[in-house]
Amino acid sequence: MPEKPIKGEKRYFMTGNEVVAYAAVMANAEIMYGYPITPQNEIMHYWTRMAPKYGKEFLQTEDELSAGFTTVGGVLAGRRAFTATAGPGNTLMQEPISMAEAMRLPIVVVVQQRGGPSTATVIYSQQEVTLTTLGGNGEGFRVVYSTANHQELFDYTIKAFNTAWKYRFPTFVLGDGYQAKMRESLTMYDPEERGLKMVPTEAYVGKPGVPGIDRPPGQYRNTYNVEEEIHEVVQQYTKEFNAIAPEVAEYESFGTEDADLVIVSHGVVYRAVKEAVSELREAGMKVGYFRPITLRPLAEKELKEMAGRAKALLMAESSVGQMTRLVKEVIYGATADIHTLYKPGMGISAEDVAARVRSIL
Amino acid sequence: MAKAVKIVLAGEGGQGVQSVAEIIAEAANEEGREALYIPNFGVEQRGGVSVAFLQIGDQAVGSPKFNTADIVIALSERAVRRTSQYVGPDTVFVYDSGLQGIEDDIPKNARKVLAIPALQVASDELTPRVFNIIIMGAVVKATDVVTEDRAKDAIEKKLGYKFEKNPKLRDLNYKAIDRGAELVAALL
Amino acid sequence: MSVQVAMPKSWRVDTKPHKFCPGCGHGLVLKAMGEAIDELGIQGKVVYGCDIGCSLLSWDLFNVDTIQTHHGRTTPVITGVKRANPQVIGIAYMGDGGGYAIGSQHLVNAAARNERITVILVNNTQYGMTGGQMAPTTMPGQKTETSPYGRDPEKTGYPTQGPEMVAAITREGAYVARATVAKPKQMKDFIKKALENQISGGGFSFVEVLSTCPTNWRTNAEDTWNFVEKEMPKYFKVGEIKVPETLHKEGK
Ligand SMILES: Cc1ncc(C[n+]2csc(CCOP(=O)(O)OP(=O)(O)O)c2C)c(N)n1
Ligand code: SF4
Ligand SMILES: [Mg+2]
Repeated sequence: MPEKPIKGEKRYFMTGNEVVAYAAVMANAEIMYGYPITPQNEIMHYWTRMAPKYGKEFLQTEDELSAGFTTVGGVLAGRRAFTATAGPGNTLMQEPISMAEAMRLPIVVVVQQRGGPSTATVIYSQQEVTLTTLGGNGEGFRVVYSTANHQELFDYTIKAFNTAWKYRFPTFVLGDGYQAKMRESLTMYDPEERGLKMVPTEAYVGKPGVPGIDRPPGQYRNTYNVEEEIHEVVQQYTKEFNAIAPEVAEYESFGTEDADLVIVSHGVVYRAVKEAVSELREAGMKVGYFRPITLRPLAEKELKEMAGRAKALLMAESSVGQMTRLVKEVIYGATADIHTLYKPGMGISAEDVAARVRSIL
Repeated sequence: MAKAVKIVLAGEGGQGVQSVAEIIAEAANEEGREALYIPNFGVEQRGGVSVAFLQIGDQAVGSPKFNTADIVIALSERAVRRTSQYVGPDTVFVYDSGLQGIEDDIPKNARKVLAIPALQVASDELTPRVFNIIIMGAVVKATDVVTEDRAKDAIEKKLGYKFEKNPKLRDLNYKAIDRGAELVAALL
Repeated sequence: MSVQVAMPKSWRVDTKPHKFCPGCGHGLVLKAMGEAIDELGIQGKVVYGCDIGCSLLSWDLFNVDTIQTHHGRTTPVITGVKRANPQVIGIAYMGDGGGYAIGSQHLVNAAARNERITVILVNNTQYGMTGGQMAPTTMPGQKTETSPYGRDPEKTGYPTQGPEMVAAITREGAYVARATVAKPKQMKDFIKKALENQISGGGFSFVEVLSTCPTNWRTNAEDTWNFVEKEMPKYFKVGEIKVPETLHKEGK
């Protein structure tokens, strides 16, 4: 086995894209497929630089349809394969992701959100929530981790491979242009040294032996003849997805018990919320926060409980309510007032959050 | 929670504001502090003003961008105009005294406005190439986010390979840090 | 500025200087295109589509109706316009990544259907706008951000021969050529013919132009011109490949 770039625990100071490339190497990812798009390009740049040294492969495809389908091919061959994209690339990737969803293929996709719709900006947004959680012509059988800082980018990129291979649902790390391009500190480590086992991979096709003689052939489909068949498949997937949801769902919350107002946010906006809440608390205001880490599946039980208790909620996100729609569905019936702080395509600062809270309370 | 120091550095493409921000961020990180540096980037960045957002503190930094900076350093006429949005009543606004036609654009609401002759010092005393290092000295002095010695170490780390070949460069860069610090110290 | 003096009439004055980097070939190609539009007197009929790539920076460059499309999708957008209104003269302008990678299916099928549009494709051997990744046209051994150790043709193939491919899949009536910014007169001549062929209803018209990207090549002026004049023609042969009977051949 070729060596790994990181031994022991060490503090690093780098960009998020570099963090993702390192995390994928440390997770024993074997092959990356990708197509250039800002702001994820440097994931490919760092991966291709490390590749020969650590025995990794890379293929630059002709577009994101191809990047997605080659990643599908990679996992069918039993490799820990991944891709990374953003914005219009994420749009194109919904077709291959749909296939992965239909055939329970453990692809890992890193999304660095940029402004939308269309080409928009290469900078930042939280406008790929709907697409990433529910895109394609399906039911959203996907796991989506929304990270907020470089430590999480590292931790959850590694975790994404395990979630994908354990449950066999396409798994996403949802970052954004800020996280991709900014530099901050984090601790990187070899997951195995921390006792974190990588879930083993398994080939769907190309196993040893002659099909029909030594083993049954591996035959996988996504097309069905009659309504009853697809109905049954989707029902089964739904059951399995719902069954794993409580185990997969992650969240963080603070001060929701006594809060007059609970701020719901995800990803990088959560940083602003956390900062604002700590200031507002110091100023004697009863505010708390709830931050889903998984946007799909959501921590439904905890969200419901929180919303049932809360007097008022403030939804803060860099889109016109993409996270809010997901949350509202879960908390349906709660009587808390819902306020919003939507800044589509733009960052939200702690000052923005604090000012909005003061305008409500 | 002690708040992070928030810094905005802005200039024209070739003025090296991004590398200054990056070196300061790395120096702070080396000191065990928490730093967050985010460049601005976009389709039209080629023609536009280059802005760097930098925060340094002792705890994990909150949101990567912010509305109001503790210190804004604007190195070109356009940068002065572009960055006035980050100025508030607690902001120290620093600009180069050689800039022209900006009298009306200097923010009126800043806590302090400092005009430093960095461009002039660079070309008269040192070399225009270390202009950005003078600025770095000024930022470090004005904010105390890292010590001047740490700043020098960080430069050594970044440019050490060049200094090996030409030790005079090291002196020049160190002097630039000192001069930058002096320029601000005289005004603070 | 001297650009002012030489500016084609069909260029918009109020959006100049244009937004390309100094030494970029895009400006030269679009100047030739502007002159061709002027000479043919078709400013009022052109519908210009630019791709996503550095070509997007030309969305307000001309005083002609313009559509900025998606990366790789300019060919179908202009095809749609032309089919819906055959009176217009449709120009699809794109990079090598846009045309030969993500948009290759559109190029192939538009050519095969002999769409009456003019496609101008700028070959700068990499992805300019996204910061210099490998493109289908990257030269063997050339270092890019995603081929940091040099393009290895064993693993990633040889540079795409675009005009040769288009020539092979089009019928009579198509016009196909490869120009270079190093020969501006010839470049303008080829672009003009690619427009004339559309005007006369001949068929699909395609010109690839060898161009420069000093920013991502990280070259000075001398090396930039050396690369486009000496290196690129080793894989990309400049000249006309397919000329309809109705159009005169180069030099005749
Ligand atoms: C679907 C999609 N994928 C990726 C991108 C990102 N992207 C923008 S421009 C570009 C490449 C441009 O290269 P090229 O077409 O060669 O044009 P150049 O900039 O070199 O002129 C890419 C990959 C995008 N905008 N849309
Ligand atoms: S990056 Fe290259 S292709 Fe794009 S404008 Fe600059 S020189 Fe031209
Ligand atoms: Mg190109």
